[in-house]
Amino acid sequence: MSSILLELNEGLAIAWRAIRANKIRAALTMLGIFIGVTAVVLMSTAIKGIDNSLQNGVSALGSDVLYVDKWAWFSNDEWWRMRNRRNIDMEDFHRFKELAKLPSAIAPVTNSVQTIKFADRKVENVFLNGSNSDYVKTTNFDFALGRFYSEVESNGSRNVVVLGSEISIKLFPRGDALDKIIKIGPVNFKVVGVLTEQGSTLLGAFNPDNQVFVPIGTIFKNFTSRHFGTVTINVRAASPEMLEETKAEAEGVMRKIRGLSHSEPNDFTINQQEGLTNFLDSITIVIKIAGLFITSLSLFVGAIGIMNIMFVSVKERTREIGLRKAIGATRRTILTQFLLESSVICLIGGIIGLIAAILLSFMLNQFFPTSVQYDVVILAIVISLLTGIVSGLAPAYTAAKMDPVDALRYE
Amino acid sequence: MNIINIEHIAKVYQVGSEEVHALRDVTLKINQNEYVAIMGPSGSGKSTLMNMLGCLDTPTSGIYDFKNVSVSEMTDNELARIRNKEIGFVFQTFNLLARSDAVHNVELPLIYAGVTSSERKERARQALIDVGLGDRMHHKPNELSGGQRQRVAIARALVTNPAIILADEPTGNLDSKTGEEIMALFHEIHERGNTIILVTHEEYIAEHALRIIRLKDGLIEKDETVEKRYIPKTKASFV
Repeated sequence: MSSILLELNEGLAIAWRAIRANKIRAALTMLGIFIGVTAVVLMSTAIKGIDNSLQNGVSALGSDVLYVDKWAWFSNDEWWRMRNRRNIDMEDFHRFKELAKLPSAIAPVTNSVQTIKFADRKVENVFLNGSNSDYVKTTNFDFALGRFYSEVESNGSRNVVVLGSEISIKLFPRGDALDKIIKIGPVNFKVVGVLTEQGSTLLGAFNPDNQVFVPIGTIFKNFTSRHFGTVTINVRAASPEMLEETKAEAEGVMRKIRGLSHSEPNDFTINQQEGLTNFLDSITIVIKIAGLFITSLSLFVGAIGIMNIMFVSVKERTREIGLRKAIGATRRTILTQFLLESSVICLIGGIIGLIAAILLSFMLNQFFPTSVQYDVVILAIVISLLTGIVSGLAPAYTAAKMDPVDALRYE
Repeated sequence: MNIINIEHIAKVYQVGSEEVHALRDVTLKINQNEYVAIMGPSGSGKSTLMNMLGCLDTPTSGIYDFKNVSVSEMTDNELARIRNKEIGFVFQTFNLLARSDAVHNVELPLIYAGVTSSERKERARQALIDVGLGDRMHHKPNELSGGQRQRVAIARALVTNPAIILADEPTGNLDSKTGEEIMALFHEIHERGNTIILVTHEEYIAEHALRIIRLKDGLIEKDETVEKRYIPKTKASFV
C-alpha cells in the first residue's frame, strides 16, 4: 500500500516538474478547462438561483391557500369551455362565507389593469387587486409602511390603496409614499400602506411587489373590466395539513351554491400553489437541461483540447519515455505519470475556473438571482479531475505502450 | 560467476511483408568482471544483440539466462525490474532529463526501485562524487560539458550497483580527448570489479576492452581476447 503512495508521490513530483518546465503549454491547457468549468459552474449557480427565487416567489402565495375561480390556472382543459362558465359574483362569495366552516380566512378578489400616476411619475399596466380587509389574512404580507385597508374602509369602498414594494419605489423613490394621493386611472386614491419586498421578479405580473391593493367595491365602481369580471374566492386553510379537507369542503359548498346536480361537473376550479409549482418546474426543467447541455459542450471542447496537447507532449517526450523505461519504469508507472500530469493541470485550471465563476456570479447577482453552494464547488472539482483523467487517458496509454528501443531511437 | 548465458539466440523482425533476420544464431557467455567489446558493421545485428543483452527486447528463439534466471520468457514488467536493478545503461546521446539537475538524473533509477528520498539523494551524491562531479551536483545538463554529461550518465548507470554496465558508443558524441577521459573512467570502473559491455564500431575504442566479439550478418564471426590492450594514460576522476 505504501508503495502505491510512494509512486503517487513521485508521480506528482514528476508531473509538477513537467508542468513547470513548460509553463506556457500548461497555461494554455488550463485555459480550456478554466472556460469549461466557469461556464458549468455559472450555469449551475444561475439555475440554483432561479430555483430559489421561484421557490420564494411561489411560497409568498402560501401553501395553505386555495383560489376558487372560474378559470383553472394550468390545465389541459380547453380554454373555451372555461370561458363559457358563469362568472363567480359577490353573492356567491357571501353564500360561501356563510357555509364554509373550515377556512381561517375567506376573501373575494377581482382584478383590473390600470395606469398609476403620481406627480410626474407614471407606471403603466399595473395589476389592481381588489378585495376586502380579510384579504391580508389569506397572505403572508409584511408591511414596510402603514397598514392594510380596514374593514370600515373596505365596506365603504373608500378610495384607499396599499402599494406593492416595486410600485412604491417607482412612484416614490425616496420611500415617502404614506398618506400621499395617487391617481389610479382617473381616480384619486390615498396610500395607507406599503408592502415589503415579497416575491420574485420572475413571477412578473403575479408578483405582489408589482401590484396595488384596493377595496373591491372601488373596482366595481370605477373600473369596469371585460377580462376580469369574475370574482376569485381566496380561501386560507387553518393549517397546511388541513388543506385537503378545506378543499373538499370548498368544493362541496361551491357545488351547492352554483346549484349543480350530482352528475354535472364543476363549473369552477379550485387552484393551489402546487399547480403553479408544477407548471414552473416543467418550464425550468427544460431550461436547466438545455443550459447544462450547452455548457457541458464547452467543457467537452476543453477536454478535447487537453487530449490534443497531451498527445503532443507525449510525442515530444518520446526519448524521455524510452529512457525511463530503459532504466526500469513499468508501463503502469508511465501511465500514472502522464495521467497525473493531465489531472493536475485540469485540477488547477478547474479551481481557477471555480474562483472566477464565483466572482462572476457575485457580480451577476445584481441582474439575476444566483446562488453559490458547496455542492457546486464539489461539482467543479470532480468535473476537472474527471476531465483530466479521461482526456489524459489515451495519450498516457500511448506513452505507456511505447517500445523502449524504438523510443530511444526517436529523433 | 556467470552473468550472461546466451544459447542459439535468434531475432526475426516483420518489416511490412518482409522478414528481417537481425540475429541468426548467437551463442556466448559473459562472466563477472569481464570487459567485453561488441563490434560489427551496420546490419550485423550488434544493436539487436545489445537490446537483448540489456533486456530491452526478447529473442524470437533461443535461451537467455541472466544470472541463471531465464529472461527469454519474461513479461514486460519483469524485464523492467531486471533493467532497473541489474543493468546500467550508458548511451551515445547521454539521454539525460534536460530540465533536472545532476542529482535528480542520477537518482532516477532509484525512484523506480522504490528507494526512499533521503537514501536516494545520498547514493546519488556519492555516485556523482565517484565520477568526479562532486562540485556539479546541482547543475543542469545544459550547464555541463559533453564529457561531464556522460559522467552523469555513468553515475546514473552505477547508482543501482548493477550486474553489468552496458555502453552504446559512449564516446560517439565526444571529442577524442574527452573520449579518452571517459574510457579512463570505464577502466577504473572495471578495476573496481564491475562487468562492462561496450558496443562500438571503432577499433581503437574496442581495444580498451579485454575481449572483442565481432558480429557479421547476425552471427558471431570472431570472439577473441585482446592482445595489445589500450590502457588510458589520463586520470579518470579528480578524486
